Amino acid sequence: MNKKISWIFYVLLLITAVLGAATLSLSIGEIRIPLADIPRLLADKESMEFGVLTYIRIPRTLLGFAIGGSLSLAGAILQGIYRNPLVEPYTLGISGGASLGVTFAIVVGLHLLNILFLPLAGFIGAFVTIFFVYTLSIRKGALSVNRMLLIGVMVSFISSSMMMFLMSITAVENIHGIVFWIMGSLNESNTAMIRGMVSLSIVCLIIAYIFVMPLNALRLGEEKARHLGINSDISIRILFVITSLLTGACIAVAGIIGFVGLVVPHIVRLWVGSDYRIMLIASFLSGGTFLIVCDVLARTVISPNELPIGVITGIVGGIAFIILLSRSQKQSKLLKG
Amino acid sequence: MSALLAINNISCGYGNGFHIKDISFSLPEGSFAGIIGPNGSGKTTLFKGISGDLSLNSGSIIFDGKDLSSFSLREKAQQLSIVSQFIETPSITVEEYVMMGRMPYRKPFQFFDKTEDIAVAHHYMHLTNTFRLRNKLMTELSGGEQQMAGIASALCQKPRLLLLDEPTSHLDITHQMKFMNLIQKLNDELRLSVIMIVHDLTLAAEYCDYLVMMKDGRVFCKGTPEEVLTYEKIEKVYDTVVVVKINPVSGKPVVFPVSERRLRTFNQKNIK
Repeated sequence: MNKKISWIFYVLLLITAVLGAATLSLSIGEIRIPLADIPRLLADKESMEFGVLTYIRIPRTLLGFAIGGSLSLAGAILQGIYRNPLVEPYTLGISGGASLGVTFAIVVGLHLLNILFLPLAGFIGAFVTIFFVYTLSIRKGALSVNRMLLIGVMVSFISSSMMMFLMSITAVENIHGIVFWIMGSLNESNTAMIRGMVSLSIVCLIIAYIFVMPLNALRLGEEKARHLGINSDISIRILFVITSLLTGACIAVAGIIGFVGLVVPHIVRLWVGSDYRIMLIASFLSGGTFLIVCDVLARTVISPNELPIGVITGIVGGIAFIILLSRSQKQSKLLKG
Repeated sequence: MSALLAINNISCGYGNGFHIKDISFSLPEGSFAGIIGPNGSGKTTLFKGISGDLSLNSGSIIFDGKDLSSFSLREKAQQLSIVSQFIETPSITVEEYVMMGRMPYRKPFQFFDKTEDIAVAHHYMHLTNTFRLRNKLMTELSGGEQQMAGIASALCQKPRLLLLDEPTSHLDITHQMKFMNLIQKLNDELRLSVIMIVHDLTLAAEYCDYLVMMKDGRVFCKGTPEEVLTYEKIEKVYDTVVVVKINPVSGKPVVFPVSERRLRTFNQKNIK
C-alpha cells in the first residue's frame, strides 16, 4: 500500500511545482508583479497590471502548461508503445510534416489572407505525414512498429529537404517568417486557440489514462500483452491517434518545441518508475512545469527581447539528457526503458 | 472422457515461408504433454497456432468443447498461459511482473490493485520461491530466477492449460530439475494441464505422460514416452545414432547420444 502513498506524494509535489512555476511566470516580466499583489490587481480592472495579467501572462502560462504537458504525455505514450527510449513526437516525422506545411503556406502567401492559415497548414501537414507513415507501416494488416520508426525518420529527412528547396526559391522576407515559426513560441494571442489547446490536452490525458493497463502490459512486449488478454493492436492504434492529435495541435499553436517529449518522460521514468498509472500523470505535470519555466527563461535571459523557447528547451533538455546518460549506474535502466 | 484440448488437422505458418500441416492430437485435462522434434520441425509454430499468434489456415482447436477462435483474448488469457524460453525483462520489480499475470481479471477502469489480486500473486511467489526477490528488478535476476518469476506470473492467470516453450534449455541441472519438479507438482495438485516444448529427450521421457514427435512440420508419431522414444524413431527423425535404455528408478526411457568416433571403435570391436 505504500505504493499508493508515494504516488499521492509525487502528484502533490508536482502540483506544487506547477503552481510555483505558474506564479513565477505570472510575476516575472517587463513589469514585475509580486505574488501578494496578484489577487488585488485581478480585482482592479482599471489597472495596467490587470491587462498584462489577463491578456498576456495568464493565457501564456496556461498555454505553456498545456503544450508542455501534451508534448511530454505524447512522448511518454510513444516510448511505451515503441519500447524505445529515443522515440518522441518528432522522431515520427510529425514535426517535419508540420514545418513543411507551414513553409508551403508562407511561400504561397496564404498567411497574408488570414493569419490562422498558418496553424491550419501546420496541422494539415502533421496529419498528412502521420497518415503516410501509418499506412506505409501496415504490412499484411499488422502495424510494424520498427518499420513505422524508420519511415518516420525518412519522412523527416524528405520534408526537411523539401523545406530547404522551398526556402531557396522564395523571397528573403518569407525566410524570416519560416525560421521564426520553426523556432517556436508561446506568444499566442488567439484565446480560442489557447482554450482549445488546454481542453485538448486534458481530454487526451483522460483518454490515455483509459489505456493505462494496456500500456503497462506492453512493457512486456506486444506478444506477451496479447497473451495477457490485451488487444495490443487496437490499443496501439488509439494511443497513436491521441499522440498525433496532441503533437499536431502543439505544433500548430506554438511551432516546433523540441526535446520536451523526449527528455521529460525519461527523467520522470527514472524518478517515479515505469508504471504508467503514475508515469502518465507525472509526465504531464512535469512537462507543463518544465515548459513554463523554460518560457520564463526565454523571456528574461535577453530581456527586453525574447528568445525562441525552442532554444531554451533544446539546451536545457539536451544537457540534462547527456548528464543522465553519462551516469553509468542509471544508464542501463534508462536504455531499457 | 472428453478432451480439454483437441487439435484437429490444423495448418498454419508464416506467409509463403514455413508451415505446419495437418497436426492433430488431443489431451485430457490434467495431462503433461511434451512436443519434441529437431530444430525447424515446427514446434514453436504449433504453439503460435494454439496461442493465436498465428491464424489457422485450416483445421480447428477445441478447448473444453468450444472452438478456441471464438474466445476473446481476455477469455483465452484466463484459460491458457504461455511461458517462453526467454522472458522479456523490462526494468520492473518481480512483484510488478508477477502481478501482470492478474491482467485478464482486471475490470475496465480498475486502476488500483485489489487485495485479492495481491494475495494471489503473493501465493504463487511463495510457491515458486520468488517472494524473497519481490523488490528486485527483473533485470537483476539470474536466468533460473527469471523463469520462476515467469511461472509465477503465468500461474496468476489461473490457467487450465500451461504452454511452456523450452523453459529449461538454458538452465543448469539444479534449476532444470527444480523447475520441472515444480511443474510436476502443479500438474499433480492443481490438475493443471501442461504442454511443453522440450529438446532434452530424457527429460521429456521422465516428466511427460504423452509425447508428440514432429518432423518437417508434421506429426511423425505420438503416444506414451515408451512408444515414441524408440531408437528407430529417434534415428529417423533426428538423423543421428542413439541408444535407448530404461532408467532403473523411474522405468522411463533414457536416450544416450553416441559420438561418431566411439561408434566406429564399437563397430570395429564387434566385427572382430
